[in-house]
Amino acid sequence: MGEAAAHAQPAWVLLAYLIAGVCFILALRGLSSPESSRRGNFTGMIGMAIAVVTTLVVHAPRFSGAPDEYLHGSNFDFTTAGEIAIAILLGAGIGLVTARKIQMTAMPQLVAAFHSLVGMAAVLVGAAAYLNPEAFGIAVRVTPIASPSFVNIFPVSRIEMGLGVAIGAITFSGSVIAFLKLNGNMSGKPILLPLRHFINLGTLLAILLLIAYFTQDQSPWVFGVITALSFIIGFLLIIPIGGADMPVVISMLNSYSGWAAAAMGFTLHNSAMIITGALVGSSGAILSYIMCRAMNRSFISVIAGGFGAVASGGEAAAIDRPYKRGSAEDAAFLMAQAEQVIIVPGYGMAVAQAQHAVREMADLLKAKGVTVKYAIHPVAGRMPGHMNVLLAEANVPYDEVFELEDINSEFAQTDVAYVIGANDVTNPAARTDKSSPIYGMPVLDVEKARTCLFVKRSMGGVGYAGIDNELFYRDNTMMLLGDAKKMTEEIVKALG
Amino acid sequence: MDFISILSIFVLACFVGYFVVWSVTPALHTPLMSVTNAISSVIVVGALIAAATAGSPSSKWLGLAAVALASVNIFGGFAVTQRMLSMYKKRERKDG
Repeated sequence: MGEAAAHAQPAWVLLAYLIAGVCFILALRGLSSPESSRRGNFTGMIGMAIAVVTTLVVHAPRFSGAPDEYLHGSNFDFTTAGEIAIAILLGAGIGLVTARKIQMTAMPQLVAAFHSLVGMAAVLVGAAAYLNPEAFGIAVRVTPIASPSFVNIFPVSRIEMGLGVAIGAITFSGSVIAFLKLNGNMSGKPILLPLRHFINLGTLLAILLLIAYFTQDQSPWVFGVITALSFIIGFLLIIPIGGADMPVVISMLNSYSGWAAAAMGFTLHNSAMIITGALVGSSGAILSYIMCRAMNRSFISVIAGGFGAVASGGEAAAIDRPYKRGSAEDAAFLMAQAEQVIIVPGYGMAVAQAQHAVREMADLLKAKGVTVKYAIHPVAGRMPGHMNVLLAEANVPYDEVFELEDINSEFAQTDVAYVIGANDVTNPAARTDKSSPIYGMPVLDVEKARTCLFVKRSMGGVGYAGIDNELFYRDNTMMLLGDAKKMTEEIVKALG
Repeated sequence: MDFISILSIFVLACFVGYFVVWSVTPALHTPLMSVTNAISSVIVVGALIAAATAGSPSSKWLGLAAVALASVNIFGGFAVTQRMLSMYKKRERKDG
């Protein structure tokens, strides 16, 4: 009686899960261009439907007794089937309403919240598998002579289950903290506990040792402590990470949610879950890498946290320096005369909900024969690709929107750079000032444009990284002080 | 399936994931995150098995809770991705 026998599934079931997995690959593949993306998303839905229907057919709820019969027969358990239907409908309702109502500016919070649900689901499935391992085919019942029979979970399955629950729990509590920070319920400032590296590494080590011990002893306390410690470490890992690093954190949690699904896939010997887990895990890892590279930070330094905690001690006095201030009319005049205008949006544009006004401004300029382009820094916004979605929402055609590498050389031939709600990603200190916390980060060369218009609420505030921007005091910079949306609307009026 | 075949699927899928994700255009990184969110909820398979199998009431209730959570993600994730993707439009060339 081996492991393989306990896992025996009909060939068509294995095939169905494999097809579901391929559908998920195609769903991601579709995202290589906006045209194919919608079809890709649809393929993903089909994959999910195949996986769910297959599972429901093979594991149709039935009263215990006749394990080899599917659906037919009088032992179909209608009550359980109803309960499952209610659970699905409840989740579907909440999900669909949220998806429809959510503001595009709030996407980072939504994604963090969704990650936490995947993590929690993994923990619950792991716990369910632990409590009823025979249902998942990961255990044998041992009946020693003269003592009651007991269920012995396969050692390999115990490791897989332990890892799945641990990663799931870390994903859950980490995502909850990320959600609270992104949603503003919790300060974006890093919270630094004394001895935190020591505590974190110790806890992680304890979890790994307990998973190893779990193979020897399947008592509930081991499982419980693994789960509890993992919830705690997820929380501890995210609280010291500052707001500026949130794009990395959210990508990292994306990756974790994938590895959690993969680990549960190993436990359940389910190829759809394993393929998906590997896809999502690599996706999150690659996005984290792209975000780190865009900030010139190492992954380790992001994880270690604390960035933005000790901001600009000596630079507080810099505010008194002279700068040029312009009005909306000045800006309108400069842009109307220009041959090319590059708009550089940042998170501030999203906060002010100025994206529609920006598009209106761009339309007027285009009508005057001005070429308008958009330049997006990879970490503009609070998650990868966030600005692109906001611009798309404002009906900006995606072929006018360019990535940093593709447009940076164009600033030198550009008349006006219109920086709205972005700050750190334009800071020339990243190229010149070795002492700056953002030194080495690739930035948009907006100061190379003939004129740089900088929309900012006031001179006092600093960027998310908490550092002053040399650019404000340059000769070719004109500060447009005011609310991003109001300022842009005034420019629209002046242009019209 | 034995452990080695499962491990093979996993390792190969990691490579597929690596290449597929690098080919995703940066403009679609947010939809990428929301759709990966939706598909990682394929964990609902495990939840359904737990919820449907008789034998342990506590396991069944945990399963049902997981089914509900994963469903939020599946429906919400795909729907919000669809909503975002429908916003991406090309330039209209009527002024040409």
